[in-house]
Amino acid sequence: MDKLTENKIIEDLFPQKFGKQGTIWVISLSIICAIGLFAYSRQLYYGLEVTAMRDYVSWGIYISNFVFFVAISLVGSLITAVLRLTNVKWSTPLTRIAEIIAVSAITFASLIIIVDMGRPERFYNLFLHGRLQSPIIWDVIVITTYFIISLLLLYFPLLPDLKILIAFKDRNGKWLQKLYVFLGSFWKNKPEQFKITDKAINILAIAIIPVAFSIHTVTSWLFATTYRPGWDSTNFGAYFISGAFLVGAGGVVVAMYIFRKHYQLEKYITEDHFDRMGKVLVMLALLYLYFNVNEFLVPAFKMKKSEEEHLLGLFTGEFAPIFWFAIFTAMFIPIFILLFKKGRKPFPAFIAGVLVVVGSWFKRFLIVTPTLLHPFLPMHDVPASYHHYIPTWEEWAIAGGSLAGALLVITFFARIFPIIPIHETLLETESHENEKHF
Amino acid sequence: MKISQNSRRDFLATSLLASAALASCNSKNPFTAEEIPDVKPSGVMVKLLSVDGEIIEVDKAFLKPVPELPAVMNTEAREGIAGKKFVMVIDLSRCKSVKKCQTACNHMHHIHPGQNWIKVYPMQEAEHTAPYWQPTTCMHCDEPPCVKVCPVDATFKRKDGIVLIDSDRCIGCRFCMAACPYSTRVFNWEQPILEKEIADKPYSCETSVPQKVGTVGKCDFCPDMVRQGNLPHCVSACPNGVFMFGDILEDTVTNGAETFRFSDLIKDKAGYRLMEDLGTKPSVYYLPPVNRNFPFEIKK
Repeated sequence: MDKLTENKIIEDLFPQKFGKQGTIWVISLSIICAIGLFAYSRQLYYGLEVTAMRDYVSWGIYISNFVFFVAISLVGSLITAVLRLTNVKWSTPLTRIAEIIAVSAITFASLIIIVDMGRPERFYNLFLHGRLQSPIIWDVIVITTYFIISLLLLYFPLLPDLKILIAFKDRNGKWLQKLYVFLGSFWKNKPEQFKITDKAINILAIAIIPVAFSIHTVTSWLFATTYRPGWDSTNFGAYFISGAFLVGAGGVVVAMYIFRKHYQLEKYITEDHFDRMGKVLVMLALLYLYFNVNEFLVPAFKMKKSEEEHLLGLFTGEFAPIFWFAIFTAMFIPIFILLFKKGRKPFPAFIAGVLVVVGSWFKRFLIVTPTLLHPFLPMHDVPASYHHYIPTWEEWAIAGGSLAGALLVITFFARIFPIIPIHETLLETESHENEKHF
Repeated sequence: MKISQNSRRDFLATSLLASAALASCNSKNPFTAEEIPDVKPSGVMVKLLSVDGEIIEVDKAFLKPVPELPAVMNTEAREGIAGKKFVMVIDLSRCKSVKKCQTACNHMHHIHPGQNWIKVYPMQEAEHTAPYWQPTTCMHCDEPPCVKVCPVDATFKRKDGIVLIDSDRCIGCRFCMAACPYSTRVFNWEQPILEKEIADKPYSCETSVPQKVGTVGKCDFCPDMVRQGNLPHCVSACPNGVFMFGDILEDTVTNGAETFRFSDLIKDKAGYRLMEDLGTKPSVYYLPPVNRNFPFEIKK
């Protein structure tokens, strides 16, 4: 990073207005969101009947989307906390990307769970009549905690950057300037202030690890606390956590590539970053593969009658195409690409990241729905349509809208705030320079 | 107490229970001309048995129709009937899938067309074992998985063993449906099709009527009927006496026509419960399909 002056760094990392591409991107996402909102208004009017969910498949792609969002949000804790506490320095430029992915994903996880409710207007009952014995209440508690910690982990490191942003009054529009002043005018770069935030960030970085493990473990318990074949598994917590770290890291690689390309950040998000993240991805994919083997091979070896139908449905039956697609795109192919040094160059790593994210979405679908189609007592005395689940356009539109919404939040965040921490980059350059002098 | 003219059943209450309840409310005799000035005595006297066991004579003109007793308050419905522990025995050797139980249940609870709280499964455990019909109600488990997972206490277990749903509280998360291993719960995916008169009633946990969109419904063991000393609708509707209902503390179950000592029945006929290995402890017992009254045939 030599030859980077302070002005150059600020210039490079300063939030930029949307270009032509950016505008098209925002408009397309907004349209997808609008379609989703329209579909949701229909669902509010007609009830959940507009979905394809029925008495047997009572959870569909909303819940798989929820699990997906919770999963991807875990990356915030991985990059900011786990890597930070293990003294990994190279991940600094990626922390804010990871943290905004976490915040935006967890926000939409909460929203999609409200979308799934039959009576969303009674949401307050969770607080009025909440019972601590229900895993849903555990989820509400840990998700709220995780959201707040993630928000703080996003905010505290942003304070020195806000001071830099405020200094460029002319470049910021009136509204942005107001926002920056509102959020960070009290920050004076005083050593005492740094002392407090550094301490706070350290405490939060430690605190977020158990909370992050909790959110996804509890989410896995929404399934594992039932008796159903395919869910009744003691492997579920670890299986979910490992999958979550994988999809989150995949998401970060995708975001790194797009931000790098779009904002010309090659000097800040370097090939070295892709190389290292590629290795992290391989490690995580292998870990997830390990838990998958545990999850499927052990019951498949025994083939208990209640599990048999479910497992065969995945391996060779109705869900086999999606099952093998998910296994290959989320694990085998990315591992294969990223094992090679050339595969860890930005573009192939980006492709591997996309595969991980897409495969992981379908993996979540497979966790939720096939189990519900294999109840203990045979499906009987219900209309024929209850025997299958093919999501309706409203469900796809709402699920798609929520994904687009999450991307929109990340996009606007990058428009308003520096997506690579300016202050920390300056510090690192400085220490680089110092190292050279000695 | 207001008399509803268009009361659905419109029956004449010769039941003194209701009248006596009225009497005790007013602490006056309701059968006198002073109390009901606009009714002229007909001179025809009828003999009735009072709640105290006395025979009393009342002028026929003073007998008036009373509406159905109002459902109990939902706070009371959450408690259950004191000193009772309800139990059901389903005799598989008597079932030929007439499905009168289902029809009666669907009718009385105004269940959405196509959905059923009682299902009658054609069962066959293995290739060479005998097929049989298995009606299922809610199992009213003593360790109910649905109640465990409900985040808002909308589904609850009462002292008398019955598991009910408060549709005014249910948030529609459907966790209970995922948790129930007996697939007994159904969801109101769309606005229930109800007559206005039914739809306008306040929801009662004991009648489970009216069902509400976006909430879960299921078999409730008809505690409203039980409270009145009647049998659940499925029990009285079955022409073959498949369902027996009773109180395990009294050790008695009845299908209306026959009454059995519960413990003897279970012992003699080797009664069992469904999915005992899950530890849910159902309140519904099954008698095995041996020496069956009817051959097993699937109607087309």
